[in-house]
Amino acid sequence: MRRIPSWIWPVLVALFILALSRVVKNEYYMFAGYVVLQYIVLASAWNILGGYSGYVNFGSAAFFGIGAYGAVVLDKLWQPPLVVAIVFGGIVASLVGLVTAYLTLRLRGVFFAIATLALAIVLQTLVMNWDFVGGPLGYYSVRPDSIAGFPSYVNYLFVIMLGLALIAVLVARAIELSFIGRGLAAIRDNELAAECCGVPTLRLKVFATMVSGGLMGMAGAPFPYYITYLDPNSAFSLAYGINSIAMPLIGGMTHWIGPVIGAVLLAVIQQVATVTISSELNLMIVGVLLISFITLAPNGIVGLFERYRQKRQRRLST
Amino acid sequence: MVTFNLLINAVVTGILLGGFYAAVTIGVTIAFGMLDIVNIAHPVFIIMGSFVAYIVNRHFGFDPILTVIVAAPLFFLLGIAIFRFYYAAFESSGKGSLRGLAFFFGIMFVIEVTLLLAFGVDYRLVQTSYIGPNIGFAHIDLPLRMVVPFVGSMALVSGLYIFFGHTFIGRAIMAVAQDEFALSLMAVDTVAVKQLAFGVAIATAGIAGGFLIVIQPVDPSLGREYIGRVFAICVLGGLGSITGTVIAALILGVVETITSTIFGPSWAPAVSFAALLLTLAIRPSGIMGR
Amino acid sequence: MTRLKIKQNHDERISSPKLLSSESSAKGAGLTRRRFNRALMTMSALAASGSLPVRSAIASEPIKIGFGMAQSGPLGGNGKAALLAIEMWRDNINARGGLLGRAVQLVYYDDQTNPTLIPGIYSKLFDVDKVDLVLGGYGTAVQAAALPIVMQRKQVLIGTGAVAVNEKYKYDKYFQMLPNGSTARTSTSEGFFQAAMTMDPKPKTVAIVGAVTEFSRNVILGARENAKKYGLKIVYDGGYPPNQMEFGSILRSVQAANPEVVFVASYPPDSAGVIRTAYEQKLQTRMFGGAMIGLQYSELKQQLGPMLNNVLCYEFYVPAPTTNFPGIKEFLAMYQERAKKAGADLLGFYLPPYAYAGMEVLEKAVTAIKGLDPNAIGRYIHANTFDTVVGKVTFAPNGDWAKPRLLYVQYQGIVGNDLEQFKRIGTQVIIEPQEFAYGKLYYPFAASGH
Repeated sequence: MRRIPSWIWPVLVALFILALSRVVKNEYYMFAGYVVLQYIVLASAWNILGGYSGYVNFGSAAFFGIGAYGAVVLDKLWQPPLVVAIVFGGIVASLVGLVTAYLTLRLRGVFFAIATLALAIVLQTLVMNWDFVGGPLGYYSVRPDSIAGFPSYVNYLFVIMLGLALIAVLVARAIELSFIGRGLAAIRDNELAAECCGVPTLRLKVFATMVSGGLMGMAGAPFPYYITYLDPNSAFSLAYGINSIAMPLIGGMTHWIGPVIGAVLLAVIQQVATVTISSELNLMIVGVLLISFITLAPNGIVGLFERYRQKRQRRLST
Repeated sequence: MVTFNLLINAVVTGILLGGFYAAVTIGVTIAFGMLDIVNIAHPVFIIMGSFVAYIVNRHFGFDPILTVIVAAPLFFLLGIAIFRFYYAAFESSGKGSLRGLAFFFGIMFVIEVTLLLAFGVDYRLVQTSYIGPNIGFAHIDLPLRMVVPFVGSMALVSGLYIFFGHTFIGRAIMAVAQDEFALSLMAVDTVAVKQLAFGVAIATAGIAGGFLIVIQPVDPSLGREYIGRVFAICVLGGLGSITGTVIAALILGVVETITSTIFGPSWAPAVSFAALLLTLAIRPSGIMGR
Repeated sequence: MTRLKIKQNHDERISSPKLLSSESSAKGAGLTRRRFNRALMTMSALAASGSLPVRSAIASEPIKIGFGMAQSGPLGGNGKAALLAIEMWRDNINARGGLLGRAVQLVYYDDQTNPTLIPGIYSKLFDVDKVDLVLGGYGTAVQAAALPIVMQRKQVLIGTGAVAVNEKYKYDKYFQMLPNGSTARTSTSEGFFQAAMTMDPKPKTVAIVGAVTEFSRNVILGARENAKKYGLKIVYDGGYPPNQMEFGSILRSVQAANPEVVFVASYPPDSAGVIRTAYEQKLQTRMFGGAMIGLQYSELKQQLGPMLNNVLCYEFYVPAPTTNFPGIKEFLAMYQERAKKAGADLLGFYLPPYAYAGMEVLEKAVTAIKGLDPNAIGRYIHANTFDTVVGKVTFAPNGDWAKPRLLYVQYQGIVGNDLEQFKRIGTQVIIEPQEFAYGKLYYPFAASGH
């Protein structure tokens, strides 16, 4: 009997959530769930470059912001369907990824990290000075109340983001299991040795940056409609950069499920803390939990599971 | 119209500003450049220093900069405590730098909220005799509010330069930065050395906090604004080089003020960070990189 | 008019049940100013003794009022002060027997000055907490993110602290308590330019400096229009990025252009930077000031002290013979009492009276229509003029104040760093609008400033 292919599980989970979203009438769960899904995309995308190859991208906000402002530009020009904006955001972000990668991936890891951080700041300043998209005044993207085939527009956004999350997870999984993933892992372990063994390191890194950046851009495209008022501060917020690093770290970076676990955990904690604790203490809770997770699970939550499994196997074999 | 006078003043102001940037960054140069600890919470330790200066200045009228110099040992101890925890949790297991990033991100939140709870959310300022006077001459402005932190910063980095170059402990730290493994083979307690270095890094943050609150009002969330600038200077300077950090800080300061004089200030961040990207493309290891 | 249903108050800690019950039996909408003030004083006495009657024994379900309000982040200071004012109203109304005879309960969350959290917070308020009424948080970005969600539920939104949010939506149940008016863009700087034109001889040139952020940009655009309107030539026009800390180069460029008037639109940390730099460089101009956020805060007033002298800046409220609105003194006395404990702005001149007035408007509308129907509340607020602690308030069709009322104030005779002097009439002299003006504009700026 053939084994069930493992890609089926993310698809099934996504279908299950889709079904749930038709039943649950409470819109709060759509709004909160959207953020969690958005972070699944960002964390999975980040992990393609950061987790697999070890090159830390500090500027997730840059790619996310490109997607968001790409959607704004289209919205101003001819208001295409959201899917077009997503594809557009993805393409522009991956092109920016291509240029950044060519310019900086020859550098050592830390320099790449700082270069991406600088990219986010440069882009934010450009947008600030670009009056077409509102500049510092921000942009009001009026969200229709409803859309055909969905209970509400928020539900539609939620489903779109669910689709993007599924795509991101499947892409990350496919890369991890392919020769690309093995090449990236070789770079992570020892780039020089990999190069010597004939791994096309530069090409792999550029490819990973493009895919990673493109997915982040796609995640950013629906954001103007979610928040309805987009300004450069929220589009290029440092929080995206930091969260998309912290989430794979917490979940585990070597397996595609790691970023998903980390994103769900951290994003849910952040959402819950915001709406249960009415004071500034909510940030404190997030900070303490972050420190605890990172301390107690040094290889991420996936690492904890693996250690447990190994222990059990050892016990069984003796 | 940009006159010669404006340009000269822009350069002078840029140097004063850059000197202050050096003090803000030097702790990152030690922690990140030498020890490979991505202390993203460094700016928030600076803000902590600012609040210490504020509270003492407000209640006892003491000078903010003297206060933080007196308080520096406390920051040193705090740094040691944090390093111990950090080491036990991450470095001993060989999973340092990247996990440390998330760890310090958490630390940043915790300190920020502690400051919020202790001092409130309002912007805080201090009172000193050197806020207001201007000792400029011949059309060159030298506001003491910038000059005093500049002089303080230069004293701080010079002190550190001597410490790292000419004292036994300082050279031990440099040695750990260069080749920790080799040192551990020579029966040197590298952990103790690193712990000390991290303590020094946090102590400089406390002192820089005193400079910061002299220059501008401070609120608990201000630290986040400095993260980009601080790490950029550290990398531009060539990671772990004190001289490089000072040069990079001065360059960034001067580029910022000249851009704001010639093209208008709203372009300053884009120009300075584009300069950073360019430098990295031309000289990937930074100004004084090895 | 209904009598409020009141039962005997069982809270033993309340020291003067007699006074309270007599207040409580007052007819809702017919509550007199005198009685209202008395209630406020009672409250302040209670607050001082540390016992707040948050738990009035009122029979039915409480009315829940929900909002997100920054308690942390860059705008946390404003959020804290506004929250305290809203809590004062809650304590006050519960002591008077509640709204429509029901206790009022506040449901609020810290939005961290982060608009990204707003959709989650407001949908939680509606769908999970099932609040009856909502308010806006502080800041244009957060209110702009909240408005579409409120519109979708067809609820009323009363906000304190946003500019031009409703321009695109034109929602008929949105109300803004900040007195920038329906032409906020130009009216925010109008008073400044009017004051400038009273100088003799009339000025001909102006420099405009502002932060490249949402509020300042709006103000700058308006200032350009005003400069044109008053025939002033703009000789310097520069924006600086948020988090700018060095203003020497900017003000030197301004000085090089030699303007007669300098208009600045800045945020709190930059306001302090600009004022200090102008002082250090001995800026030579005839008039200096603008829409500088932050100079309204106690901390900046106190610490900048004499450096503020002769700066002309907007304020929402300052003690003056002309701003003696009924109830404002009592309100501020009690606010200042509670602010020390709450860690909020000590003077409370900026947002708190307006946040409180917003609650008074809501209270009057709900009491008058005897229900919580949002359409009726919206119609009532649009149709009526309200007596509040910040004076009479009437709303324009877009929900802003029908008539803008920013006070342009010149700081005069400030000595040392004593906060108490700012509670005195005469240190913050209202120059514009004429209706509230009581002093004389000092100029030129440099000669008198140093």
